[in-house]
Amino acid sequence: MTQERITGAQAMVRALEELDAQVVFGIPGGAILPAYDPLFDSTRLRHILVRHEQGAGHAATGYAQATGRVGVCMATSGPGATNLVTPIADAYMDSVPIVAITGQVPSAAIGTDAFQEADICGITMPITKHNFLVQDADDIPRVLAEAFHIAATGRPGPVLVDIAKDALQSQTTFVWPVDMQLPGYRPAAKPHAKQVREAARMIVEAKRPVLYVGGGVLKAHATEELKTLAELSGVPVVTTLMARGAFPDSNEQHLGMPGMHGSVAAVTALQRSDLLVALGARFDDRVTGKLSSFAPDAKVVHADIDPAEISKNRVADIPIVGDVRDVIIELIAALRAEHEAGHNGDYAAWWTQCNGWKRTYPLGYDGHEDGTLAPQYVIERIGKVCGPDTVIVAGVGQHQMWASQFVSYEKPYTWINSGGLGTMGFAVPAAMGAKVGRPDALVWAIDGDGCFQMTNQELATCAIEGIPVKIAVINNGSLGMVRQWQTLFYEGRYSNTDLKTGAKYLPDFVMLAEAMGCVGLRCETAADVDATIEKAMAVTDLPVVIDFVVGKDAMVWPMVAAGTSNDDIKIARETAPDFEYEMGEVVSE
Amino acid sequence: MDVSRHTLSVLVENKPGVLARVAALFSRRGFNIDSLAVGPTEHPDISRMTIAVNVEDLPLEQVTKQLNKLINVLKVVELDLDASVQRELLLVKVKADQSSRSQVLEVVQLFRAKVVDVAADAVTIEATGTADKLEAFIRVLEPYGIRELVQSGMVAVGRGARSITDRSLRSVERTA
Repeated sequence: MTQERITGAQAMVRALEELDAQVVFGIPGGAILPAYDPLFDSTRLRHILVRHEQGAGHAATGYAQATGRVGVCMATSGPGATNLVTPIADAYMDSVPIVAITGQVPSAAIGTDAFQEADICGITMPITKHNFLVQDADDIPRVLAEAFHIAATGRPGPVLVDIAKDALQSQTTFVWPVDMQLPGYRPAAKPHAKQVREAARMIVEAKRPVLYVGGGVLKAHATEELKTLAELSGVPVVTTLMARGAFPDSNEQHLGMPGMHGSVAAVTALQRSDLLVALGARFDDRVTGKLSSFAPDAKVVHADIDPAEISKNRVADIPIVGDVRDVIIELIAALRAEHEAGHNGDYAAWWTQCNGWKRTYPLGYDGHEDGTLAPQYVIERIGKVCGPDTVIVAGVGQHQMWASQFVSYEKPYTWINSGGLGTMGFAVPAAMGAKVGRPDALVWAIDGDGCFQMTNQELATCAIEGIPVKIAVINNGSLGMVRQWQTLFYEGRYSNTDLKTGAKYLPDFVMLAEAMGCVGLRCETAADVDATIEKAMAVTDLPVVIDFVVGKDAMVWPMVAAGTSNDDIKIARETAPDFEYEMGEVVSE
Repeated sequence: MDVSRHTLSVLVENKPGVLARVAALFSRRGFNIDSLAVGPTEHPDISRMTIAVNVEDLPLEQVTKQLNKLINVLKVVELDLDASVQRELLLVKVKADQSSRSQVLEVVQLFRAKVVDVAADAVTIEATGTADKLEAFIRVLEPYGIRELVQSGMVAVGRGARSITDRSLRSVERTA
C-alpha cells in the first residue's frame, strides 16, 4: 500500500495515474490551476490542451467510444464547467463512460456568487450518472476511484467530480488503493435463468422474430456472442444507430438499421414481427415511431443492464436484467438446449418476406440532374476507399444519416456518433478523441458544414498535438436536415437554414484548414472524389480537411416522419413501399 | 388502471444534496410528489424519506426503478396501506374567544388532539393522524376561523416486527 504526504492536487494526479487514465482533455483556469501544476510533471498522463471545453468533453467521449476505456476531461469552475454541460448531456444520452473533473471556487466562497462560481453539481444532476462535490483533500483519491467505477460499470455514463480549490491546495496523505464507499450502488445483476429459458422457448416458437440490437451490445463487448446467437438462431438482425458495427453489414441475416431513416426491411420487419428480442436497446422514439402503433403483434423479450429501461416505453413480456453479454451467452446455451430437444425455429416464410423487402427496397439515392455532387456518393466512396477498419465519426444531421446508411460497417467500434442528444459539432472533437485513443487506426470525421462551424477550433489542437484525423465536410451550404423538414413539412419555406457556405465559400474551409495548420482540399465533382480521398490518405502527419461541395437538395430516405407510425414509411417524397405488390411477388416465387 | 396513492419508504445515505437529487428526479421524470418527509433513522449514516405519490402502477414501477438508480439511494420499499401505520402532524391556530373556546376545546378532545398554546382570542392545536383524520378535523374547525395552518409530510412504517433498515444498515457499515 502506498502512503505519502502530498497536496490534494498531487493526490488527484496520482489517483488518475493509478486509475490508468492515460489521457486528459482539458483547459486550465483559476479554480483548477493547482491541479495543473503537478499534471505538468506527470509522465503517465498525457494532457491535451483543447480550444474549448466542449471539445474536451466530446473528445473524452470519442476516446471512450473508440477504446472502451473511461474518457477524462477537465475544466475550471464557472464557464469552464458550464461549457462541459453539452458533452456531459451527450454522454449521458448515449451511455458513454466519461469522468469530468472541474475546479470549484474555494469551500469558504461556495454559495457567495464568487468569481467564476457555478453550481455545476446542481446543473449536471439530471445529466450525469452521478456527481460529487469534493471539499476535503483526503477524499480526492477515493472519489476519483468511485467516479471511474461508476462511469464504467453497469450502464455506463458520465460522472462529474467537482473539486474545491482549497481541497486541491491542502495537504493530505495519499493512500492507494482506496476503499470505495458506495453502499447504494449494485450494478451487477445475473440474468434470471428461468427468464432466459423462456426467451429461448419463445424464439423457437416464434414465426417472425427479430433481434433488435442496440448500443448496449457494443458497450458489453458482446459482438462475437451476438454473431453466434444470430447464426445459431437464424433470426433476422437489425442494428440501431448506436449499434452500427455490432453485426457485420455484409452478413446476410442483417436487415439494416431500423428507425426514422432506417431501411425498409429493418423497419418493416420490426413492424410485422411477432417477437422482438431487444438486446441492449431502449425503444427510442426514433426507432419506434408512434409508440402505440409500433410492432403491434410482437411479444417482447427485453434484455438490458438498466432495469429502468425495461418496460419504460414498451412493456416487456420477458424482462431480463443483466449484462447483455451474459444474457446472450446464456441465451445461446438455452437455445442449444431447445435445439437438442428437437425444437427448432421455422422462419422460412418470414425470411422470404424479409428478403423480399431487402431486395425490393435497398438503400439508394439518385444522382443529381443539376450536375451537383451527390453527398451520398461522397460518403459511400469514403467508406469504400478507406475500408472496414476505418473509424467513422459523424456529426448530426443528413450527413450523419447517410454515413450510417452508405458506409458498410463490418467491425465493432468503427462507427461513433451522437445518437441520443443529437449534438451538432460532435464530429471534430470526437474524432480527435478517437484518434488519440487509437492512434494506429484511420479516423475519418464525416461532418456537415453547419456542424463543422460549431467546433472546428479543435483543428488547431489536432495540428499542434499531432492528431492526424481526416475531416470530410459535406458542404451543402445549409442546415440540411432542418432544410429537408422545411421542404417536407413547411412548404419549402427555408427560414434560416441557408448558410450560404457553398456558393460564396464563406468561410473558405480550405483556407480555414490551412490557417489551423491542417491540409485543406476541395472537391466539387464526382470525378474528383476518389482522387481527393486518396490525396487525403497520402497525408499521414497532419490533419486533413476536405471541403466536399455538394448539392443542397438531396434528402435522406427512407423516412418515417416524426410522430407517425412506422407503417407510414416513405422511400421518397410521397412514395410508400408497395407492400401489396411485394406480397404478390413473394407468393409467385 | 386507476391513479392511486402509493407510499414509498426510501432509505438514503445521509449526505448533502441527497434530498435535491430525489426531488430533481421526480421533477425531471414528470412524477408528482404529494408529500415528502425526510428525517434521521436509528443509524446516523442513513436517512429515511417517506414519499407519497399519485400514479398508476406502471409509472410507479418507473419511479422506484429510477430511484434505485440514484447512487445514494440504499433501498426503496412500497408500503402497503393496510400493512403500515401512516401519520401526519398538523399545527393549527384557531380563533377562540370566550364565547367559542369551550366548543373548540370539545372538538380538540373528540379528535384526541392537544392544545399547545393559548392566547386571548386564539388557541394553537397539535394533532396527528392519517390524512383523512386531519382533513376531517380541519373541516370541523373551519367554522370557528382558521388563522394559520401548517402540516408535515406523511411518515409511515410497516406493521409487525420486521425492519426495512436491517440489511441496508449492514451494507453501510461494511463501507464505513
